[in-house]
Amino acid sequence: MADVKQRRVIPGTPIFDGDAARKGYALNKMCFSFNSAANRAEFVKDEDAYCRKYGLNAEQSAAIARRNVLDLIAAGGNAYYLAKFAGIFGLDMQDIGAQQTGMTKEAFKAKLLEAGK
Amino acid sequence: MAKIVGGIVTSHVPAIGRAIAGGLQEDAYWKPFFDGFPPVQKWLDEVKPDVAVVIYNDHGLNFFLDKMPTFSVGAAESYSNADEGWGIPTLPAFPGNLDLSWHLIESLVDKEFDITTCQEMRVDHAFTLPMKLLWPNAGEAWPVRTVPVCINTVQHPLPSARRCFKLGQAIGGAVRSWDDDARVVIIGTGGLSHQLDGERAGFINKDFDLKFMDSLVTDPAWATQYSVEDLVDFTGTQGIELLMWIAARAAMGSVEQVNKLHSNYHIPISNTAAGLMLFENVA
Repeated sequence: MADVKQRRVIPGTPIFDGDAARKGYALNKMCFSFNSAANRAEFVKDEDAYCRKYGLNAEQSAAIARRNVLDLIAAGGNAYYLAKFAGIFGLDMQDIGAQQTGMTKEAFKAKLLEAGK
Repeated sequence: MAKIVGGIVTSHVPAIGRAIAGGLQEDAYWKPFFDGFPPVQKWLDEVKPDVAVVIYNDHGLNFFLDKMPTFSVGAAESYSNADEGWGIPTLPAFPGNLDLSWHLIESLVDKEFDITTCQEMRVDHAFTLPMKLLWPNAGEAWPVRTVPVCINTVQHPLPSARRCFKLGQAIGGAVRSWDDDARVVIIGTGGLSHQLDGERAGFINKDFDLKFMDSLVTDPAWATQYSVEDLVDFTGTQGIELLMWIAARAAMGSVEQVNKLHSNYHIPISNTAAGLMLFENVA
C-alpha cells in the first residue's frame, strides 16, 4: 500500500491505523454491537452463531473463542471495542493488561503502583 | 460578548464511574484521586459558569468505524449517555446550548476546520464522568448547558497536536466572539499516560506527564513540537488523549490570560496516570 510516510514501530505498541481498521472491521463491528445488553446475551447464548452473523474470519473467531487479547489485536481488533467484549466476562483493564504482558494480575497491579513512585 | 471564565482538564476512566456508583471516594485506592476535586468544585460554585464546552474523545458509543470524523461538534437540545458495554447507569440528560453550538460551527468552518455537525449525539464516559466529578451534587439538573466537541483518537491517522492546538485557539476565539453574556468554562478530558493494548500494556510515564502539565502553565504550545507517533511513544496508545488537554488549554488563551489555580496527579487509577488542572482566566 502506498503510504504518505514511513511508519514507525514502537515495541509492544499496536497502532490502530487504516490497515488494522480494514482487517478488523467485522470483528470491531461485532464488539461495537455489545453496547446492547440484548446483543451481549445473544452472543453468550451461541458464540459461534454470533461470530458468523458478523462475518468474522477464522483468525478472528478463533481469537474470540480463546479470549486472547493479543490475537484479537493481531486480527485487527481495536482496544476500545475489545473492551466491550471483555466487559461480557467481567474482565477489567488489569485482567487484560496481565494477560497481554504474561504477568499475574497482582504483578501487573504492582507494576502500575511502581510507576507512581 | 461571551466570556471564558476558566478551564479544567481532567482524566476520564470507566472505573471512576464504578467507584462513584459504589461510593468509594474515601477508599484508600481512590482517595488520592477524588481528593483532587473539591477545590475545583468550590471554584465552580463560586464562578458559576453558564455553559461548558467539553472537548472529549468518543470510545465507540456515538461513533463507529463506519463513519469516523476527526472533529465533531454537538448541536443538540440535549445529550444523553447510554450503555457502553458494561451496563453503566444512565444519567440525567445534559442540556445543550444550540446558540453556542451553531456559532461554534459557523466560526470553526470559517476558520477552515472541516468539522462534522451532530444534531443527535450520545456522550460516553469521557464526557459524563468529568461532569459527575465536577458537579457531584447536580442531582437531576446539571447547572450548566453544554456543547460537546469530539476529537478522534480511535483510528489513526489522528489529528496532530499542532492541529488540536489550533482547533482550541479557534474554539476560544469563537466563544469570545459569541454575542451573548454567557460565562463559559472550557473542559478537556482524557489521558494522561496509559496504554491498554499490546505487550507494553500498563505503560505509564510520570516524567513526561509532569513536564506536560507544567508546559500548560509556562508554554502551552510545547507539546505541539511532537508528532502523534512521538506522543504515543512517550505516553502510550491511549495517553494520546492528551490531545484534548492541548485543545482545551489553547481555547483558554495565552500564558498571560490564565492563572493556574490547582492541580493534582496520581498513579494509578485503573491502568492510567490521572491528572487534573484548573485554570482561571484573567483576560
